[in-house]
Amino acid sequence: MKKLFLSVIGMYFTMLAALSQGNPKTDSAYKPRKLTFEEANLVSSYYRQDGNNSAVTGGIGSEKLTDLSNSIDLKVYRYDKRFRKHSFIGELGIDHYTSASSDKIDPHTISSASHADTRFYPSLSWTMENENKGSTIGAGLSLSTEFDYSSFGFNINFSKKTKNKSGEFGAKLQAYLDRVSLIYPIELRTGGGGGEDYDYATTPRNTYSLDLSWSQIINQRLQVMLDGEVVYQKGYLGLPFHRVYFDDNSLHIENLPSDRLKIPLSIRANYFISDKFILRTWYRFYHDDWNINSNTLQLETVVKFTPFLSVTPFYRLYQQTAAKSFAPYRVHTAADTYYTSNYDLSKFNSNFFGAGFRIAPPNGVLKIQHLNALELRYGHYQKTNGMNSDIISLNLKFK
Amino acid sequence: MNSARSYAKSFFYIPAFIAAVLYINSCTPVKEYQKNKLNDAEMKLSSRKVEKTELNFQSYREGASGANGGKTGGGCGCN
Repeated sequence: MKKLFLSVIGMYFTMLAALSQGNPKTDSAYKPRKLTFEEANLVSSYYRQDGNNSAVTGGIGSEKLTDLSNSIDLKVYRYDKRFRKHSFIGELGIDHYTSASSDKIDPHTISSASHADTRFYPSLSWTMENENKGSTIGAGLSLSTEFDYSSFGFNINFSKKTKNKSGEFGAKLQAYLDRVSLIYPIELRTGGGGGEDYDYATTPRNTYSLDLSWSQIINQRLQVMLDGEVVYQKGYLGLPFHRVYFDDNSLHIENLPSDRLKIPLSIRANYFISDKFILRTWYRFYHDDWNINSNTLQLETVVKFTPFLSVTPFYRLYQQTAAKSFAPYRVHTAADTYYTSNYDLSKFNSNFFGAGFRIAPPNGVLKIQHLNALELRYGHYQKTNGMNSDIISLNLKFK
Repeated sequence: MNSARSYAKSFFYIPAFIAAVLYINSCTPVKEYQKNKLNDAEMKLSSRKVEKTELNFQSYREGASGANGGKTGGGCGCN
């Protein structure tokens, strides 16, 4: 926790140092060749959840979990000799969570896989925008590491605007090369072992995705975006400490197929109703070859009290069918090839609702010149199987 | 019961259908100086920065993910 606190302080001072460089005098024609600060964002969230269907204990037991998340990103840019804009974004994120269910992996110790753990996830990205041609190319790298999981990701992306700049095509290729530590429930371990210093074997889980999007201005008040993605995962897609109890009360480890193809398709439409109201909508249809089909609809209404102060109530409705390998506690049989009692893969509906508050005065929030905007958002989430959670998030934007 | 279900399902397809119809029939050229409403910070065609952790927990707690700028891989989210 001390390390986490020091890291957050470190991130804050890094941001202050960047801001202390100051912004150069700019006008619309000025194209700085030196690296120039553009913006920085600090996003902090507190999340808590509860429920009684933990996968660690075979679909029964506490899902109580808290997560404190902090991330900071810093964006700088420069123009090259051909007046192409190069943007560089560095991001560092730190999550610290405590989980009641993870502590049940080895209930005899308090050092099981991750009854409490910290995840670090730095990333770097670069884009080069040719404003004359309306095209952008970019690439990025990311890392994520926690006690029982590590991930290395990279991506390349491309976008191109239409001649009249009312439409834009985007494409993004991503790959994540992950390693899962094989930490089994204490009853199923052979040869002993355990604890934070134990060298667990690992196994790969790789994810590859292609995302294609088209955004279009419809008229002076309406713009839409269509987004389609194909995601292919291969490797160990279950988790080694998810217990499954068969109908004869025998204990097994979750066993899922070693590959998965996901196809999400979404449409986003934002409509500027008036100077006081903006409607933001998002719908997604999802299908995968584990038999999960899902629909998601999110509606937000931005209510502007002044041009710089707004409140945004939102509602999100989600429904999904069950994966073919899912069954509750003590329902699977020895005849099943694949089995899990993870309720995240069960059939359920969920409701998520709350509100956001945003303030972005021209002379800075609280008259702090560089503090360009403050956004606070709270949401309550409830699944039909009883799991519920709350999340509160803060975004401070510095320019 | 089945008709109620199919009605509920069709409810989800309506926004997509309306948006598609608007897209096909209503595109009108918008000049740069006419984009002041479209350039409003709240009109961005992406998730908000402040939604970052929301998108993460939804991808962990639900079977579906993707096509929203959230994560589709990387990081465990297993608890």
